Amino acid sequence: MKICWQLFVTFLNIGAFTLGGGYAMLDMIERAVVKRRRWIEHDEFWESIAVVQSLPGVFAVNCALYVGYRIGGTKGAVAASLGAMLPSIIIMLLIAMFFTDYKDNPTVEKIFRGIRPCVVALILSPAVKMCISAKVNWKTAIFPIGTALLIWWFKISPAYIIIFAIVVCLCHSLYIFKNIPNS
Amino acid sequence: MIYLQLFWVYLKIGLLGFGGGYAMLSMIQFEVVEKHGWMTLSEFADVVALSQMTPGPISINCATYVGYQVGGIFGSLLASMAIVLPSLVLLYFVLRFLFKNKDNFIVKTTLKNLKPFIAGLIFAAALLMMNSANFPDVGLGENNISIIICAATFICVFFFKVNPMLLIAIAGVTGIIFF
Repeated sequence: MKICWQLFVTFLNIGAFTLGGGYAMLDMIERAVVKRRRWIEHDEFWESIAVVQSLPGVFAVNCALYVGYRIGGTKGAVAASLGAMLPSIIIMLLIAMFFTDYKDNPTVEKIFRGIRPCVVALILSPAVKMCISAKVNWKTAIFPIGTALLIWWFKISPAYIIIFAIVVCLCHSLYIFKNIPNS
Repeated sequence: MIYLQLFWVYLKIGLLGFGGGYAMLSMIQFEVVEKHGWMTLSEFADVVALSQMTPGPISINCATYVGYQVGGIFGSLLASMAIVLPSLVLLYFVLRFLFKNKDNFIVKTTLKNLKPFIAGLIFAAALLMMNSANFPDVGLGENNISIIICAATFICVFFFKVNPMLLIAIAGVTGIIFF
C-alpha cells in the first residue's frame, strides 16, 4: 500500500510539472525512478522504455504503467498512471469549464487568431522531422504523401490507414525475416 | 448513447495511437471534428494550443476538453480513461511477450517501417487545419499575417528548436497587435 502511495505521489509530481509532452516527462521519470528512488536499474529502465515506446497510446502514461507494474503489480500500475494523468485532467477540466466564458471576448479572440496558424506550424514540424528520421526519399515519399491525401482529401479514417499500414509492414518484415539466411 | 460513442471513439484512439501525441491528434481530429462534429477545426486548434501550454500529455488534455464539451465532467473522465485502457490491457501481454523478445527483428522492422505512414498522419492533421477559419486573411490584397505567423513559427521550431510555448505566446501577442 505504501509503495502504491509513493508511486502515485511521484507520478503526480511528474504529471503536474512537466510541460511539453511525453518526451520531456521521460527525463523527469528517469530522475525520480532510477536516480532518486532507485526502483529500477539504469540499463533495465532504458531497455524497457524502448519497448514501451513501441506501444500505442499515451507515451507518458505507458511509462507510468510500466514503472508502476514493475514495482507494485497491477495496483501499482493503476496508482502510477492515475498520478500521471490527474494533473492534466484537473487543469484541462478547469480550462474547459471557464474558457467558454471568455472565448467571445474580443481580445481573447484576437490572441487565438494569432495562435491558430502557429499551432499548424507546430504540428508540421514533427511530421517533417519524422520523415527525415525515417529516411524518406523520393521513392518512399509516396507513403507519407499518400496517407496525408487519403485522410485530408478523401476523408478516409486514420484508423483504417493505421490498421492497413500495420498489416503491410508486418507482412513485409515477415517476408524479409524468412529470406534471411539462418543466423 | 453519447457516452458510449465518446468511450468508443477514445478507446479506438488509444488502441491505434502509434507514434506519439501528434500522430494521435490526426485521429482525434478525424473522429471529433470530421465524423462527430463535436467541435470545429478552430476550436480544435485552440485546444491543441491550450494543451501545449499546460502540463501533461496532449492527448489526455484533448480528451478531457472534448469529453467535457460533449458530456460534462463525467464525459471528460470517461474519455481520459478510455484513451489509456487499451495500454493497460496491452501492457500485460507486452510484459509477458515483448520484454522477453526485446530484440525481436519483426517487431523492430515493422515499427521502423510504420514511421512514414505516421508522418503522413501528422501531415494530414496540419493540412486539415489549414482552412479559411484558421487562415482568414489569405489572398492577394490581404495582409496574410496568419501565413507569416505559420511560416515564422515553422522556421523557429524546426531549424532553431525554439520552445513551442514561447512561440505560442509570441503568436498570441502578434494576434492582439495585428488583428
